[in-house]
Amino acid sequence: MDKKKIKLLAIGIGTGLINGLFGSGGGTIVVPSLVFIMGIDDYKAHATAISIILPLSIISTIIYLTKGSIPFNIVVPVTIGGVLGSYLGAKLLNKIPINILRKIFGVVIVYTAIRMIFK
Amino acid sequence: MILALIGFFSGMIGGMGIGGGAILIPALVILHGIEQQEAQGVNLVVFLPVALTALVIHHKKENIEFAYAKPIIFIGLIGSIIGSFLAMKIDSSSLGKYFGFFLLFIGIYELFQKKE
Repeated sequence: MDKKKIKLLAIGIGTGLINGLFGSGGGTIVVPSLVFIMGIDDYKAHATAISIILPLSIISTIIYLTKGSIPFNIVVPVTIGGVLGSYLGAKLLNKIPINILRKIFGVVIVYTAIRMIFK
Repeated sequence: MILALIGFFSGMIGGMGIGGGAILIPALVILHGIEQQEAQGVNLVVFLPVALTALVIHHKKENIEFAYAKPIIFIGLIGSIIGSFLAMKIDSSSLGKYFGFFLLFIGIYELFQKKE
């Protein structure tokens, strides 16, 4: 097996494990992997990542569903809000300074992480 | 209403390509008091309609590199199955802590990465 194939399979197993274990985070692994390990353009990496995470999330959803870990009374309002928010987020993408937002996001995430760890 | 707002803000962050799950899952656990596994399950479902729409748009623009995607999806499905069953086995508070460490890593990466 050639080197490129091994790299792709390694990215795949890591992305799948994280996305299944945490129900999220697949994109966080696969986008930088495609950019830095495989040398794909940033915008193509984002597009390719969605084609990867969607089937992985479907299989995880089925497993979570059979184990009763999907509360539908919560899913419905969150999904309605989520779809509207995603649309607005995608529209705002080129209109706001995304790098500053990323730093704010980083601070919020570090604070949240510490709360989750020491809860 | 609070649930729709949590969905809205995490969706907005997700739509910008930053990572909606990193906001949605802790918000559901901390603000709404549900179990870690349930919050993760909600995140998986919420992602599906948004991802499907994005996928159609990206496919039309021919931005998807299927030669790379195919082997990653193939082995990724196996990883997803193992990861999901692990998540169902671990108790909720431990899984929350592991998730916290993963978040910490993402947060630090966001703070220190340099982009154009």
